[in-house]
Amino acid sequence: MKHISNLSILKAQGKQYIPDPTTAQVPGIFRGRPVISTTPADNEKIAAICPMQAIGTQGGLSIDLGKCAFCGLCARQFPDKITFTKDYKMATTVRENLIVREGIDKPIEYGPKPECAKLFKGSLKLRQVSAGGDNSCEWELGATGNVNFDMGRYGIEFVASPRHADGIVITGPITVNMARATQICYDAVPQPRLLVLCGVDAISGGLYADSDAIDRSFLKTHKVDLYLPGNPAHPLTILNGLRELTV
Amino acid sequence: MKTLTLYNNGRSVAFGDIPQTTDYHEFTQYVHEAMANDAYHCVSYFGYPNADALQLIMCLANDTNGTIEVFSFVLKEKNCPSLKIRAIDRFEREIAENFGIAFEGHQWPKPVRTAPDDYPFYRADDEELHEVGVGPIHAGVIEPGHFRFTCEGEKILNLEIMLGYQHRGVEKLMLEKPLLSQKAMLAESVAGDSAVSHGIAFATSYEALCDYQINERAAVERMIACELERMAIHTGDLSAICGDVAYQLGNAVYGRLRTPIINFMQKWCGNRLGKTMVRPFEAPYDLTPELIADLHATLNAYEKDFTQMSNKIKRCPSVLSRLERTGTVTREQAVEIGAVGMASRASGMLRDIRSTHPYLKYEGQVKLVVKKHGDVYSRTQVRIEEVYESLALIRKLVDNLPAAQASHTAEPQLQANRFALSLVEGWRGEICHCAITDNSGKLALYKIKDPSFHNWDALELAVRNNEISDFPICNKSFNLSYCGHDL
Repeated sequence: MKHISNLSILKAQGKQYIPDPTTAQVPGIFRGRPVISTTPADNEKIAAICPMQAIGTQGGLSIDLGKCAFCGLCARQFPDKITFTKDYKMATTVRENLIVREGIDKPIEYGPKPECAKLFKGSLKLRQVSAGGDNSCEWELGATGNVNFDMGRYGIEFVASPRHADGIVITGPITVNMARATQICYDAVPQPRLLVLCGVDAISGGLYADSDAIDRSFLKTHKVDLYLPGNPAHPLTILNGLRELTV
Repeated sequence: MKTLTLYNNGRSVAFGDIPQTTDYHEFTQYVHEAMANDAYHCVSYFGYPNADALQLIMCLANDTNGTIEVFSFVLKEKNCPSLKIRAIDRFEREIAENFGIAFEGHQWPKPVRTAPDDYPFYRADDEELHEVGVGPIHAGVIEPGHFRFTCEGEKILNLEIMLGYQHRGVEKLMLEKPLLSQKAMLAESVAGDSAVSHGIAFATSYEALCDYQINERAAVERMIACELERMAIHTGDLSAICGDVAYQLGNAVYGRLRTPIINFMQKWCGNRLGKTMVRPFEAPYDLTPELIADLHATLNAYEKDFTQMSNKIKRCPSVLSRLERTGTVTREQAVEIGAVGMASRASGMLRDIRSTHPYLKYEGQVKLVVKKHGDVYSRTQVRIEEVYESLALIRKLVDNLPAAQASHTAEPQLQANRFALSLVEGWRGEICHCAITDNSGKLALYKIKDPSFHNWDALELAVRNNEISDFPICNKSFNLSYCGHDL
């Protein structure tokens, strides 16, 4: 009887995995990569309403996805100027590539892969460090391993020890109280190693950037290998960004 | 001692109406008398620098009649005697840390959010015993905190938890950030897994300070969002509980059942965790007829699979043997530490803000799920049954959604010298936001309390005399917030 009930659950569940997470469509009104039209608008006014100060006005309107929390306020108030597409492939190895400029509607360029990425082909083990993360990016990083996204199929997994890892994924703006632990964890990863920032708080500090409880000096002395934007980053953003390192 | 009686009704009061006393004896006597009565618990206790003194504002909620008694003691020195009430200990530690106040006779004056290297952990000098230190970085994809176990063999005799690693300065930024949208986003990031609940607590207190009442439809939409959040996180935690007892099927099925719920959140507001769902004065994303049809279909499919899986684990001996009689918090302990929310109900307490201090349109809508054993299985059962309660409530609310109403035209302004307190029952338990405006109508204080502030004590008690290998499931059965505690 026991096995029959197991089987009936398995039968009811069927296949839950997303067949191809590199081409999957996200449901609903997901706010991915924004597009800024060339329609004339009051750029200063648009920039002023952004809670994250992610909108720049130098040389036409631009949005920095490293600062953007994808709240969609600008698109709601200025729908003719800014729209958010459902393009979740926003990961990049180059910080500047996260800046979306007026009139340009093309995918975020992934950028050159780090030299050591060839060592991680088909197998990438990462250690996650939450350093002031609000547990939203942490949930989504966890979700990449569930049966829907199944990032394990690409050989990408989160491991318990930095000694077993090829790099670390930081979430959160890096608090003063986590600065040392973050450094110790990074140092414990064998070289060569990757440094990945996940979510707006990690990439730019987000709303916490100028808090005196934050210490981002770690990022001044280490090269970041991959940026995964979002608030939190969507599992498909994470999965596609990391997968690129392993192929 | 005179007190100001409030209700959790989204209304503010004149700050000056909060009674003040300089007689500490009068203050403590009232607190002790109230707290001796099981009906009362402390929802917040914080310091507000006022003139050249520190005003210590106490907010005691009465679970029987739905009132909140607010009163204060004006402290002019840098020291005062501790209240010596276990459920208020952590509030005193917080005041001590924030304002350099020495609470004489405090049972455990340890830091709340600074995590110093040389902190002397509780220890027993005995050759038979050993210590295990875990964290701040843990083995999973979770937040940081340090756990120090004292063990006899595999058995945990004592656990001391050190937090503070996640401290980001939320309350300070709440005052400094000029835009309302920034404040709303800060509230959502107090604990990203409770973005909707903290969002509602912020919106309610802010609206109260502006003397603004949202329309009925927006109120009901907030409830629906909050119940969806409860369902999603309970389901995710059930997955994690199964994972921690190596029950793969439950881990996989509950894990994937969370997906349609949070994907619905995304369809509704554009964010899987419900960020941006709640904003003061408005409902930014309307629940359209198409969304309602989608929601019904999502819930129907979810319920069928959820029931099948939940019936299975209730009859699975290898799962039950790990959950039953593990990580027990007795009712007496839960009362003593002032436990709140889901964890308190698993230990037999009738504490749920939706029922005791109803807000939005919650009055009479929630049937409390209460268990009496206080073990991991009780907390698992509470989660399963609360999912059904939320399902039923969401369906009822959706079917009776008030008609769309025009919202405000101009943004209402904060009024000067007001005090607002809002209580919201998130999936973990009671969230309390208190706010004070100054003479010029600017926020002068924003005080946030996540339910974890009370319930971390429950985890310390739960693991005593358990095997250290059962720590993960004890921990997961509560799934407390580090960032919500550390702010």
